[in-house]
Amino acid sequence: MNPSELLPENEVGLGWHPKRVLLVLLIFSIVMMFAAFTSGYIVRRDEGNWREFDLPVSLLVNTILIALSSASMQWSYAAARKDEIGRMKTGIGITLALGLAFLVGQYVSFGDLVDGNTFFGGADANPSGSFLYVLMGVHAFHLVTGLVFVTVVLKRALNYQVHSRALLSIGNATLYWHFLGGLWLYLYLFLLLNH
Amino acid sequence: MSDMAAKPNLSPGVQTQGGIGTAGVPATEHGDHLHHDDHEHHDQHWLWKYVFSQDHKVIAKQFLITGMIWAILGGTLSSLFRLQLGWPESSMEWLAPFLGKWIVAGKLNPEFYLALVTMHGTIMVFFVLTAGLSGTFSNFLIPLQVGARDMASGFMNMLSYWFFFLSSIVMFASLFIETGPAAAGWTIYPPLSALPQAIPGSGAGMTLWLVSMALFIVSQLLGGVNYVTTVINMRTRGMSMSKLPLTIWAFFLTAILGILSFPVLFSAALLLIFDRSFGTSFFLSDIYIAGQALSNQGGSPVLFQHLFWFLGHPEVYIVIMPAMGMVSEVLATNARKPIFGYRAMIGSLIGISLLSFVVWAHHMFVTGMNPFLGSVFMFLTLIIAVPSGVKVFNWLATLWRGNIRFTAAMLFSIGFVSLFISGGLTGIILGNATLDIQMHNTYFVVAHFHLVMGSSAFFGLFAGVYHWFPKMFGRMMDEKLGYIHFWLTFAGVYLVFMPMHYVGIAGFPRRYYAWTGFDAFSQFADMNRFISIAAILAFFAQFVFIFNFFYSIFRGRRATQNPWNSTTLEWTTPINPGHGNWPGEIPAVYRWPYDYSKPGSDVDFIPQNVPYSKTQSSNLPYEQDAVE
Repeated sequence: MNPSELLPENEVGLGWHPKRVLLVLLIFSIVMMFAAFTSGYIVRRDEGNWREFDLPVSLLVNTILIALSSASMQWSYAAARKDEIGRMKTGIGITLALGLAFLVGQYVSFGDLVDGNTFFGGADANPSGSFLYVLMGVHAFHLVTGLVFVTVVLKRALNYQVHSRALLSIGNATLYWHFLGGLWLYLYLFLLLNH
Repeated sequence: MSDMAAKPNLSPGVQTQGGIGTAGVPATEHGDHLHHDDHEHHDQHWLWKYVFSQDHKVIAKQFLITGMIWAILGGTLSSLFRLQLGWPESSMEWLAPFLGKWIVAGKLNPEFYLALVTMHGTIMVFFVLTAGLSGTFSNFLIPLQVGARDMASGFMNMLSYWFFFLSSIVMFASLFIETGPAAAGWTIYPPLSALPQAIPGSGAGMTLWLVSMALFIVSQLLGGVNYVTTVINMRTRGMSMSKLPLTIWAFFLTAILGILSFPVLFSAALLLIFDRSFGTSFFLSDIYIAGQALSNQGGSPVLFQHLFWFLGHPEVYIVIMPAMGMVSEVLATNARKPIFGYRAMIGSLIGISLLSFVVWAHHMFVTGMNPFLGSVFMFLTLIIAVPSGVKVFNWLATLWRGNIRFTAAMLFSIGFVSLFISGGLTGIILGNATLDIQMHNTYFVVAHFHLVMGSSAFFGLFAGVYHWFPKMFGRMMDEKLGYIHFWLTFAGVYLVFMPMHYVGIAGFPRRYYAWTGFDAFSQFADMNRFISIAAILAFFAQFVFIFNFFYSIFRGRRATQNPWNSTTLEWTTPINPGHGNWPGEIPAVYRWPYDYSKPGSDVDFIPQNVPYSKTQSSNLPYEQDAVE
């Protein structure tokens, strides 16, 4: 065969590992789910009969917590790239702690909302409040899946399976965790502007 | 020809001898590899090999056979309500042993009639034409045609089937509960679907429907992300996106549609579940039941329709696009001609995919939407006629002066084009808001979508099964039975749906259990009876196919390696490929998939894995440049 017809080793695709592509596609599907909720929110609000209420202050605290957890995850990933295994494990631990604190914080916010007479269901509920619970609840569910993912990475890290030449798992976990943080930031801003 | 092709050894028995004329692979390495593969797959327990398999080919067959079982069930349900529509006055007592308490005093229970149409729609759209069609052929063909050993994640692929299986079990169980299955239509509009006390079918049946669909969506997402990743990442050497067979382009775009639209249905279903069981009011407001006002305030049922149709419209393309891809492939192969307008075919698939997301409100022209908004959706809807027209033109141009071989698959593909044209033309009528408001909820709509999406997609499915059966089971299906199946089905479909347009234009409404009380409609009794007879006969014709399918698995004529003289990579695998598909190295790809009847070539097809340097006589100038 003529050498000019020789082919490269592989078709490059996006240059990403298949597991990274799978994760990105799943993220897209989660984005569509929240796009449906938030656009439904806007459509519904514009139809009237929409009860206004103030967002509890605790949501701001939670937002700060999840932003910090994103930072610690990034710090952990940077440590893994430099083979600083100890720092990497600390970073993952801090991320898990902050993630749990965020979930507890959201639970507290549910309490604050109920105290402010904003209910999920029942005779006194209005879709404005119900939507808030749905957005927070579905996000919290995905955050639990994120916590499971980060825990798996922590287990691998404890077995010395995560280091500068094995970055796929921690890289994917970091990507997913940033996505969940960014998603909450979007939801919080959306609620601030549209509640 | 065959000695030109750089292909691995094809008889499994002599694999370990190595030393095959594969392009530049040292024989010893080859042999080692094979040995490794053999070792991996021979001592598998049957449970892992056939049931919890991670092999994409086995998963594809699981999807296909589950889909066939659902199709028989869906067809049975339609035969039952066609009996009611065709002979509304006669006694149904003879069905009592089968339907039990749903026959009341010799009559079909009206509530059960609604459940029948609901379940027929749900089963056919989701379980047969989504899971059974794209689940089967995306799984089967993507790794084989792009040259991959398996899907990106075999485990997620297996989960995809088992979530579908679970979803099937739940939906099937809902047929047998005391209050009957869901009865709010396959579109499950609230408030009928949101209030458990509304009708019997709104109770436990509706709950099971929602649970089943949630599982189904999980299955679709797991499958869809796998298909897309495999196409993006796992293509063999040389298989650029512009050398992909059109089947793969269709499956790829279908999977993207699924990833982007099914989560929206999930959102809608979740909100509906909250309305049903947790007292929220997303879709409910100002409702009186039995004189009592419900406490729900502030909800909007139209919001549900928006969310539902944002999935629902892409869903019809999820159903039809895999069929389009397979038909393109079968037409080119059996016309012995390159597909006409390869790039235009890809472009029109992309165009249809994009447009499918911005036309959903054409299902909602009568919801009292702003007429300006309606005209925007009408405009976007009518634009879909352009890419659809491109596709039809290209199919016809592919057939034009081709050296056509009328295999059963080819007949079904031509039938697909015919049905797609006939059904598509009425889409232009229904896409116009002014006409749609007149036609809405009549049998004209039913006839339209059964032709353009239901029957067409079924024809694509049949074409796919007849064409790729030799690759699936190593045997051929019987062609004569295939012809009988085709002609009965083709005639049946037109005899059912052509008269249905007519009664639809006359205003005959859908979903009515009995129409004999209305003078305007009782004059159509003979027409309805005719439709019912044709529908039931067409349904029975499918058993010819079922028999042919199962008989041929065990007794069919043994297939050769490339029975249709096709160019794509799946035919370079052994007749019964094992897990991993190619015993040796995966073949590389040098050319597009449609080199049929190329001038200058001494054979009428050149497989994708034949380099240009071996086909000097037929190379075009620019191809020759690449070699020199």
